[in-house]
Amino acid sequence: MTALLLILIPLAAGLVSFAMKQDSAAKTISLLASVVTLALALAAVATPSAIVYDVAWLNDLGSRFTLKMDGLSKLLALLTAVAYPLIFVAIHRNEYKKTASFYGLMLLAQAGLMGVFLAADVLLFYFFWELALIPVYFLSSIWGGEKRIAVTFKFFVYTFLGSLLMLAGILLVYFQTADHSFAMKAFYEVQLSGAQQTVAFWLFFIAFAIKMPIFPLHTWQPDAYEQSPTATTMVLSGIMVKMGLFAVVRWLLPVFPQATVQFGNLIMILSIIGMLYASLIAIRQDDIKRLIAYSSIAHIGLMCAALFSGSKSGTEGAMIQMFSHGVNVIGMWIIADQLEQKLGTRKLSEMGGLAQKAPAMAVLLVVMALANIALPLTNAFIGEFLMFSGIFQHNMWMAVAALISIILAAVYTLNMVQKVIYGSLSPASSTAVDISGNVKLALIIIAVMIIVFGVFPQPMIELTRDTVAGLFVKK
Amino acid sequence: MNAIIFSAVLGVVMMFSGIILRSKSAVTTTAIVSLLVLLLANIFNIYDVFSIHIDTRGLLHFNKFGLFFNTILIAATLIFVLLSGKDIEKAGANVSDYYALIFFVLCGTSILTSFNGLLMLFLGIEIMTIPLYILTGADKRNLKSNEASLKYFLMGCFSTGIMLMGIALVYGATGSFSLNVAASSPASAGMPVSSFLQMAGLILLFVSMCFKVSAAPFHFWTPDVYDGAPSVFTSFMATIVKAGGFFAFLNLFESNAQLLGATWKLLMSFVIIATLLIGNITAVFQQSIKRMMAYSSIAQAGFMLFALYSFNDMAKEGILLYAVAYCLATIGFFSVLIKVKDYTFDGFNGLAKTQPVIAFSATVFLMSLAGIPLTAGFFAKYYMLASVVKSGGSLWIVVVAVLFAAISVYYYFKVIQAMYFKEGQPETHEITGRFKTGLVLVAAAVILVGVLPSIVLNWFYF
Repeated sequence: MTALLLILIPLAAGLVSFAMKQDSAAKTISLLASVVTLALALAAVATPSAIVYDVAWLNDLGSRFTLKMDGLSKLLALLTAVAYPLIFVAIHRNEYKKTASFYGLMLLAQAGLMGVFLAADVLLFYFFWELALIPVYFLSSIWGGEKRIAVTFKFFVYTFLGSLLMLAGILLVYFQTADHSFAMKAFYEVQLSGAQQTVAFWLFFIAFAIKMPIFPLHTWQPDAYEQSPTATTMVLSGIMVKMGLFAVVRWLLPVFPQATVQFGNLIMILSIIGMLYASLIAIRQDDIKRLIAYSSIAHIGLMCAALFSGSKSGTEGAMIQMFSHGVNVIGMWIIADQLEQKLGTRKLSEMGGLAQKAPAMAVLLVVMALANIALPLTNAFIGEFLMFSGIFQHNMWMAVAALISIILAAVYTLNMVQKVIYGSLSPASSTAVDISGNVKLALIIIAVMIIVFGVFPQPMIELTRDTVAGLFVKK
Repeated sequence: MNAIIFSAVLGVVMMFSGIILRSKSAVTTTAIVSLLVLLLANIFNIYDVFSIHIDTRGLLHFNKFGLFFNTILIAATLIFVLLSGKDIEKAGANVSDYYALIFFVLCGTSILTSFNGLLMLFLGIEIMTIPLYILTGADKRNLKSNEASLKYFLMGCFSTGIMLMGIALVYGATGSFSLNVAASSPASAGMPVSSFLQMAGLILLFVSMCFKVSAAPFHFWTPDVYDGAPSVFTSFMATIVKAGGFFAFLNLFESNAQLLGATWKLLMSFVIIATLLIGNITAVFQQSIKRMMAYSSIAQAGFMLFALYSFNDMAKEGILLYAVAYCLATIGFFSVLIKVKDYTFDGFNGLAKTQPVIAFSATVFLMSLAGIPLTAGFFAKYYMLASVVKSGGSLWIVVVAVLFAAISVYYYFKVIQAMYFKEGQPETHEITGRFKTGLVLVAAAVILVGVLPSIVLNWFYF
């Protein structure tokens, strides 16, 4: 039941929010709903066993409405549930035209995301995979920047194409299952010939790779992140890209074990190329949103490479990092949003000396930045450490290449920090004021999470244990 | 048999209603009531209560699949008249005649959903299309409408000629009008075996049916006719008539496809891909939404053709679902299109602001046409693709089809973009509260079928 409520509450609250005449009412309802969802997610995490919800849906097709929360699902449901109150608090004072619709769509996106992370039936998963996309499409196209329509459309068509290919892959596997069923169990137990594995593997992987995104399918991402309203970018880069990584763990590795081994190296190489490439571009970026976007590609590339390394620690690290990166990157986006609002520009070259004017923001930016380069004692460290050890076990040279991107990450992140808060006061910064209470609250919560999980990551490792064990038992 | 008799009789009733009833809206009301009667009569036929039996010597054959398909078509016509009745009244002077013609078209589809011989196929096709030639030209003073009508008439005659030639050849080869060409083997009839004549006849039939359902490369008439006809009747032609044609196509080749052996799949692959390619790619470049919808209907036909590629249970269920999904969405969207004065994409700019309910419903319809999950269109496409995989067909054709489905998003979403993301003051005709209610109900039905397609399919299974 908890699992169902995690989807239903955002869905219902989203629909109610649409009907609200007053903006403040919509904001209150959304915040309340997201807090209730968070409480439920925490309750789910506290439950030691897997939570299952199962009712009949499409019997003729062999598809049931099955939700299942194992460790990884819990972790990502928690990420979704944590992210939303933070986003809502941080954007509380932002002005959006048609506020009620904005919040309504945000909550509908949350319902879709939850569904993706909880679904234990491929057809249901496919449904939610698409449904999460539609609200985001509207959010970005209505409230986004100047080039929003074309950019969001590119993003939509890209991902839609990916999901259709996945549908073809799903059909291929479906008809090979013993009792023609879409259930997770049936997919895990399916026997495929080598050729079928190869074809279906790629059909699935292209969908996931577009979502993540993995080089060379990433071209939609920087534009979409830049043009979307920042609150939506937080959802996109904090949670939505995790859909791709999550789907790899849930639907790719266990269903196509041979193909995973066969093509793992190729995918790792692509991921690492993407990491280096994105990091190099990030160094050259002047727009802060684009910088974070490219940095995000690099981080996702590392997680993807670790997932395909076939090692336990790499997989574990990637799962933990999904959560940590989600939290951290939302922190980065909140700062970017604030900078844009306070300074009226996103260009790093026009910023400078902000520490004098906005000390609180400066301190919090440094914390986020340190987490972004995965310094020890931040939450990102443990995940990256595990991932590198996993990649190293697989192939030393790949680990070395990937490590270069860490150095590059330090270069662009610290460079950004330096340009924003140090140096002489730029004209844009001179009129800036420090962040308001609500933003401070959101950022402090994130900073606390960064440090707490950095020092004490054990709970997260425990949580993902059953999923990791499940993956490696199969082999 | 009920539907055939009732539609013909009610058609005559409608014809005379114009003389008795003075107001146009009274005629529309009569049409709605008559459609309800027809619908009930046909449903009774399914359950075999109050059904009329006439010995047709095997020329007609009523099974649940066909009757149910016909129910869908009649119900779709009812929804069409409920939503666009007011616009039919505006299409021209002779409202009662238009309704009469619509009933005659339904008579044609009733025959097409039950024919059991080539002769009846021919009759059904003719009864269905001749009223359409007139409806296409209903806007008498509009040159485009006249042109479309003439074009449709000439091309229609041409294809009918091909069909007749095909029937004649098959008859010549087998000595029978039986649907199952293979079973009525020439040898048993004591005639010299001429499989060449038989094959040639089948191919000609295939060509003419492709023509009727506007499958490429026999689609050339479609855009001009759909564009030129009064928009209300385009809606009718693109949905009910096309679906009826598809049923006939399916029924005709279900037992005969095997005669062509492996060639059949090759032939179908070619036709499907050509249809998807031409429909989707050309739709992308259209400036007028009405013309875009014409090409989109070609593209949708491409998907429906998969039923003929695979010919299994899933394909039959799929074509039912496709008919429902496609009719609901297209009728719904056309009813919105008719209300907007300017048919270009810019004409829809800002519709979400001035008419939020209409814009939302239109979005649901467009998403259904694009095959987005949670709408009926998704399962329709799903069944079609699944039937191909199930029949052991190659996966590459599925992949090609989904690529084209992704392209279709481009032109469908261009309308959504215009409505939601662009500023403008769209000019619309008068929109009544009743129209809005009806539209929302249709949109709700699209979503309902999208979540629980078993509602439609269980009906079929009983």
